[in-house]
Amino acid sequence: MSEPILEVNHLKKYFDIRGGIFGKKVGAVKAVDDVSFTVNEGEILGIVGESGCGKSTTGKALLRLIEPTEGEVKFNDQDITQVNSEEMRKLRRDMQIIFQDPYASLNPRHTVEKIVAEPLLVHGMTNAKERKERVKELLEIVGLRAYHASRYPHQFSGGQRQRIGIARALANNPKLIVCDEPVSALDVSVQSQILNLMSDLRDQFNLTYLFIAHDLSVVKHISDRVGVMYLGRMVELADKDELYENPKHPYTQALLSAVPVADPDETGERIILQGDVPSPSNPPSGCPFHTRCPQAMDICQEVTPTFQDHSDQHYVACHLYE
Amino acid sequence: MSDTILELNNLHTHFFTDSGEIPAVDGVSFHVNKGEVVGVVGESGCGKSVTSLSVMQLVPSPPGRIVSGEINFKGENLAFASEKRMRQIRGNEIAMIFQEPMTSLDPLYSIGNQLVEAIRMHNKSSKKEARLKAIEMLDLVGIPRASEVVDEFPHQLSGGMRQRVMIAMAMACDPELLIADEPTTALDVTIQAQILDLMRDLNKEKDTGILLITHDLGVVAEMCDRVVVMYAGQVVEEGTVREILKDPKHPYTKGLIRSLPNLHEKEQKLYSIPGTVPKVTMNSVGCRFAPRCEYAFDRCFSENPALYETEDNRYARCFLYDNFEEQEVATHVGTDSRS
Repeated sequence: MSEPILEVNHLKKYFDIRGGIFGKKVGAVKAVDDVSFTVNEGEILGIVGESGCGKSTTGKALLRLIEPTEGEVKFNDQDITQVNSEEMRKLRRDMQIIFQDPYASLNPRHTVEKIVAEPLLVHGMTNAKERKERVKELLEIVGLRAYHASRYPHQFSGGQRQRIGIARALANNPKLIVCDEPVSALDVSVQSQILNLMSDLRDQFNLTYLFIAHDLSVVKHISDRVGVMYLGRMVELADKDELYENPKHPYTQALLSAVPVADPDETGERIILQGDVPSPSNPPSGCPFHTRCPQAMDICQEVTPTFQDHSDQHYVACHLYE
Repeated sequence: MSDTILELNNLHTHFFTDSGEIPAVDGVSFHVNKGEVVGVVGESGCGKSVTSLSVMQLVPSPPGRIVSGEINFKGENLAFASEKRMRQIRGNEIAMIFQEPMTSLDPLYSIGNQLVEAIRMHNKSSKKEARLKAIEMLDLVGIPRASEVVDEFPHQLSGGMRQRVMIAMAMACDPELLIADEPTTALDVTIQAQILDLMRDLNKEKDTGILLITHDLGVVAEMCDRVVVMYAGQVVEEGTVREILKDPKHPYTKGLIRSLPNLHEKEQKLYSIPGTVPKVTMNSVGCRFAPRCEYAFDRCFSENPALYETEDNRYARCFLYDNFEEQEVATHVGTDSRS
């Protein structure tokens, strides 16, 4: 087994809610509440969950684009929550991010060359000619042409913009890329092009991805292991085949059964959850899922289940398996 | 054969922009029977939403306008109906729900207010009766505490709840046809399952025809009886759900289905259709899909294919099926000049 490149221990991110005339703290949104996992070198760890479950906040907190409230993020055995901002800037050379919306994450007033060259300049490639060469090379790698360098983002389609975003992330040969819903703004036929590109790049440059998405079939396709989040907590984490064939947590089971499959013969039993996701500023006591869980017991209302290895690297946080 | 309630016949809706005329809907024909769920699938920009807006005459004008064609609703052509007539139809006989429930509800009025307005617009009833009816409708779509929610405002509800309110409003006057434009795209999967379930129940109970516009083939498989596949403003294929998903005929439909990641199969490489959707202009010649099609041959670039019947009641806009000659459906032949 390869070495863990990223180790996340008890990561928490609370956003304060302020109110009253003095702006006093009146509460907190527990966006990420005690999440732990590891990502091994060269693997793709998928994180799925519904909106508001904290998956994007987790991704951003790992790069300290949002400062974590508590917990430890170890990248190559170094706790990056403790380093100062200058060291962090250097570390980001190895840790990059691709955003969801390729329309909003590229500066419309910069040419592609400027967009892709910026990380190179920031990390010390001062020779303009070298930068130009590298930009050309990067554009070819992601399936664009060198002459695209002088164009502006609005001249590209959604899929091509996402390729530019990927080229920018690859500029400094990173080791880890956090992909925050990279294909959810794209049409199906373009989505598959980008997914293929991303898995090719992984093989070519030995990259490690943390792949955040809400589409379960996309995550299944690209990941090696998958984690499921609900209301700021990780509820299940396992190898992807194990997770999709043998889901243990009632939430994972419901989530998987709710995905519509493009096959009229598929008449699997559907678990339709009642109600909505509770507010993360006032999460239910005990297990956060107990308000919607079809198998809830008395203990679920009082005690928060621990996230533990159930069998063979299959982690679950549920009282049914304790 | 059941009764046809909506029939589109060679509908053309064009947009007149500074850079020229754009045929967003270019000769679209299909029909919806009573109590049937018909799906219109396609990627962004294929004209599926403009088609549904055309039925309601809601295409923003200018720049858009229905240029020609027929929209037959129960035997009446709505394509050029007066605004007065459309107001009677909208909400009463044809209702519509949109993708983003927050933007289709007025944030300044309570849920009850908005429902009562819709109900009283079409039925003569007192405010009190309308309010009771509103509560009943909220109950019907599965909103808990309906009698309290009726006095709440849209921002107090979650996305799924708002979409339920939209459905309640749409169903309030017992329409015969419900047009749902991406009704679950903004929702999470578990909420999507609830809403689809609700729509299916309403369809069964009230025998409402549903025209479901979506890009999600999974939703189509779950909900629809028949499917119309659109590409660049044209219908490229039509058939039952099973036929389309199990045995697609048109190369575009084939590609679309193959490029879906599957929950149950393991494959290393996803199929992908090369290139992107073209920009269509009035002067476009040839099959719109030809530049991305792996089967394309010379004729595809020089002539516009018609919808050919491939089997009983199955149509595909592709020259590959031109040898089923006689049965060509001459709805939109374009420059097709077969010798």
